[in-house]
Amino acid sequence: MKRVQDLLRQLGQQFTERLWRLGFASRFLLMTVLYSGTALKRFHLTIREIYFTGVLSLIIILVSGMFVGMVLGLQGYDTLQRYGSSEALGVLVALSLVRELGPVVAALLFASRAGSAITAEIGLMKATEQLSAMEMMAVSPIARVVAPRFWAGVISMPILAALFSAMGVFGGYLVGVQLIGVDEGSFWSQMQAAVDFREDIMNGVIKSFVFGVLVSWIAVFEGYDADPTAEGVSRATTRTVVTSSLAILAADFVLTAFMFRGI
Amino acid sequence: MPGLFLTAMPPLPATPVPADPLVQIRDLNFAYDSRSILSGINITIPRGKVVAIMGPSGCGKTTTLRLIGGQLRPTSGEVRVAGQIVHEFDDDGLYRMRRRMGMLFQFGALFTDMSVYDNVAFQMREHTNLPEELIHDLVLMKLHAVGLRGAHKLMPAELSGGMARRVALARAIALDPMLIMYDEPFAGLDPISLSIIGELIRTLNDALGASSIVVTHDVHESLKIVDYIYFVSEGKIVAEGTAEEIKESQAPYVHQFVWGEADGPVPFQYPARPYGEEMMEQPSKPRRWWS
Repeated sequence: MKRVQDLLRQLGQQFTERLWRLGFASRFLLMTVLYSGTALKRFHLTIREIYFTGVLSLIIILVSGMFVGMVLGLQGYDTLQRYGSSEALGVLVALSLVRELGPVVAALLFASRAGSAITAEIGLMKATEQLSAMEMMAVSPIARVVAPRFWAGVISMPILAALFSAMGVFGGYLVGVQLIGVDEGSFWSQMQAAVDFREDIMNGVIKSFVFGVLVSWIAVFEGYDADPTAEGVSRATTRTVVTSSLAILAADFVLTAFMFRGI
Repeated sequence: MPGLFLTAMPPLPATPVPADPLVQIRDLNFAYDSRSILSGINITIPRGKVVAIMGPSGCGKTTTLRLIGGQLRPTSGEVRVAGQIVHEFDDDGLYRMRRRMGMLFQFGALFTDMSVYDNVAFQMREHTNLPEELIHDLVLMKLHAVGLRGAHKLMPAELSGGMARRVALARAIALDPMLIMYDEPFAGLDPISLSIIGELIRTLNDALGASSIVVTHDVHESLKIVDYIYFVSEGKIVAEGTAEEIKESQAPYVHQFVWGEADGPVPFQYPARPYGEEMMEQPSKPRRWWS
């Protein structure tokens, strides 16, 4: 009986702690948005972070997009030709990328490449008292450090997802048209006819924007809340990647359910 | 010190100094949850003076600085800076007060993504509308005062520990503060850097007409430069006095601290059960990595 009580107590404690942390993270997001004046008025601060989070993530995003598109081309052709619809390869590649794979895979890559870097940077700034020094200089670290990184992530994410999808389509074209020999005219014309700007592209953009908010929020919060030790920063970085990945996949399900199933 | 910009200046005419102390701490208590850190602290920092707060590691010295800077709120009691109670400030008031303070952190806390120049210019750019040409001149003056004008293009990673501390000092005095706080300014420095930092603390304080609080456990360097000393042990003030009074003090704690004796009121041994009893016990199993 005592073991059961202990187990229940531990579960209750863990639940309360996680709920408290979620509340703290929500307040932190609110503060970040409220203190965004500096990041938006002095936009060069945000531009600098866009370079570090967005531009420096380009290589991994573009290369991954190309390979994902090439694999889609191969797998799609293999399936479609069984039904005699190999000309629809362009539609399959484009819709898969624009609706799903572009926003989701780009966000997962962004969380691993840029999210972890943001968390480590802010965590190390905390560990080396740079954030405290900023506070003592009457400069809010949330306004000066956190908000520019947050908005840089939010702005970069949809652009990276769009580039991922574009490279993916190009990869699908290379494999489908140039390698396998699908008719080029059918590939592009069917894609153009089937992909709807509002239904497909805009919904993909909305998804990547939401993922951008989630990843940036988690990354800056974990960095700011990290224990100021080497181990603490390492744990926070790991938490950023794990939590962001789960949040992206969960949010993707919810968004997809609302956008494409008419719930 | 011949290299110092400030010592080369002609003496300024004496300006009247207000009689009231710049910082007054009264009956200050502070605890993290139920763990008491400071209890019944009373400290007065007169204007224009350099005051040291000394004590062993973990006795609450840095916490006292954080309470003065408003980074922590006291459990009870009050900290007054320039006559105003710090914990009653709202965020804007607190930031206004901090603009008149400078703080040197233990290892400098320089912004690692900025050059030495940008570190010193940081507050000027954040809090003033000064043109960049004037900021340039001011930054070079501050760096000259700490002997590092020639290093203004370097990044923090390229500086030695002593140089980083001097850059942090130049940054702390960027806006000519009324109060400069030093958190362990001598920690981990070689004898030359240690002497330079000590001299700079005194010289800059006098030249700027500021007041300084030096939190340290380096007795010999600080006794050379400070006007008054408070000794803190286990969160309480256990002794206070001028440098001469402290040197001559026969109080057991002060004597042990000043002369660096291994055993005394601060015991060498961490509290433990009787030696014999513990030796007869079976050794406990080594802690597993997964436990």
